[in-house]
Amino acid sequence: MSKIRIEVDGRPVEAVAGQSIAAALLAAGRTSWRRTRAGRPRGVFCGIGTCFDCVVTVNDLRDVRACQRRAADGDRVETQEDDRA
Amino acid sequence: MPDVLVIGGGPAGMAAARAARESGATVTLLESGDDLGGQYWRHLPAQRSDPDEGKWHHGWQRFLDLRAALVADPGCEVVTTAHVWSVDRRDGRPPLVHALVGPPDGGDRTPRTFDPDALVLATGAQERTLPFPGWDLPGVFTAGAAQALAKGERVAVGRRVLVAGAGPFLLTAVASLVRVGAQVVGVVEAADAKRLAKGWATKPWRLAKASHKATELVGYLRVLAANRVPYRTGSAVVAAHGTDRVEAVTVARLTPDWSPVPGTERRIEVDAVCVSHAFVPRTELAISTGCALTEDGSVQVDDRQRTTVPGVLTAGELTGIGGVDLALAEGRIAGAVAAGAEPDARDVKRRAVFREFATRLAAAHGVRPGWRSWVDDDTVVCRCEDVTAGALRSAAELTCSKGLRSLKLTTRAGLGLCQGRTCGRAVEDLLTGVLDPGRTANRPIAAPLRLGELAEHGRTCNREDVP
Repeated sequence: MSKIRIEVDGRPVEAVAGQSIAAALLAAGRTSWRRTRAGRPRGVFCGIGTCFDCVVTVNDLRDVRACQRRAADGDRVETQEDDRA
Repeated sequence: MPDVLVIGGGPAGMAAARAARESGATVTLLESGDDLGGQYWRHLPAQRSDPDEGKWHHGWQRFLDLRAALVADPGCEVVTTAHVWSVDRRDGRPPLVHALVGPPDGGDRTPRTFDPDALVLATGAQERTLPFPGWDLPGVFTAGAAQALAKGERVAVGRRVLVAGAGPFLLTAVASLVRVGAQVVGVVEAADAKRLAKGWATKPWRLAKASHKATELVGYLRVLAANRVPYRTGSAVVAAHGTDRVEAVTVARLTPDWSPVPGTERRIEVDAVCVSHAFVPRTELAISTGCALTEDGSVQVDDRQRTTVPGVLTAGELTGIGGVDLALAEGRIAGAVAAGAEPDARDVKRRAVFREFATRLAAAHGVRPGWRSWVDDDTVVCRCEDVTAGALRSAAELTCSKGLRSLKLTTRAGLGLCQGRTCGRAVEDLLTGVLDPGRTANRPIAAPLRLGELAEHGRTCNREDVP
């Protein structure tokens, strides 16, 4: 298994090549990485790309489903907060 | 030679593509993931393959054979990472199909438009999870998420995990969780023992041809026994507790219609809970195409898997939830018919056998209306927009609205990123009797795309070589 390194909110996180961003975050011990408009924490829920609960910003692009996107070496991942109502 | 487009690279779509090729059509197979297999044969990616992958699956060799045949076949183009986002209806013929090809939710995917002679929709199903207080806490997963993360990533969603809901899929999830090292502290099935017996044990000889399903079941029961996992029927998780993540759940006994029995609550400490209340077909493309639905929300088909739209066929979970064997049989029939050939009589027989299985699944584990009584006014129903059950009910009452559309616009339920994929059925169910009958699965934009991509796509579509 070859290792890759991504950056999550500016901090390095080690991942396995081919791993989804969600799996890399879960494996690193994080269960939530987003807050809704009402401030409720969210992480992975459906795991198959239908719920959009796990979205993150990847390389400055918002709303990327972490469970669907494979982590690439050097990816810059930022957690998201929905605009408050 | 007809040109057949198949959307969905799971068992039904793969079987359809293969059968269409065997009947002489040229085939294009679109799959949104970066490999074939769908959720059923979800597996580790090529970058980190496992020589023991077959141990994680039923029928793995069948998958390998099907994939090899499709990929090696010059008359079949397999397009992975293809996200179909809309279809344009046309009179008397299949729609034009628009897709973006590239990494999920990327900004610079390649637009492609397809103009098939026949279209086979094999878009599968997604999990149905009934809401309960706390179900939006991190650490609450669908059982499908646990399964996907175990099979596709080898990651366990927690250390102490409870699995709850309804249906045999719960047992599948337990087997995968145990393999990745989670401790499963219990399985909680909502159907009671009486209903399970009635659903599964009536006229058992009619299931004889599906006997390998019983063998699979015995295998799962062995996993429960070997890992000392308690299995409780007639009960449900009625609340999850925690502040920033789940720390415990409350399990209660249920009446036969799934209403919690007061005084039977038990608190169980967990760091994850996986919930599944069966599956709903992913019908957005079928609805956009104009296919009629049956009363239960699946796509209406005739005995040749044809929908009500000329040249459009469908197979697998879209026609009703029935599992992999039914999907493979329907896929083969749909593929042959799409190519203008007669379906194989053996596939027609298999379809009959496994439809019986589907009927029993619904009879034994189908959702009962009493679940609505475990949802209180503060329970979030629409996870994207934080809309509570109380807000839904009071908006319906205050506006006297009978229409789903106006209620969605008033409350924002179903208007977030997932477009009601997660909450739609729950919204419909909670407001039954209040709203005019309607379906929340009408999503003309089947997958979100970025405005830049849309502009680029419009440019491509206006080229003269695309009709």
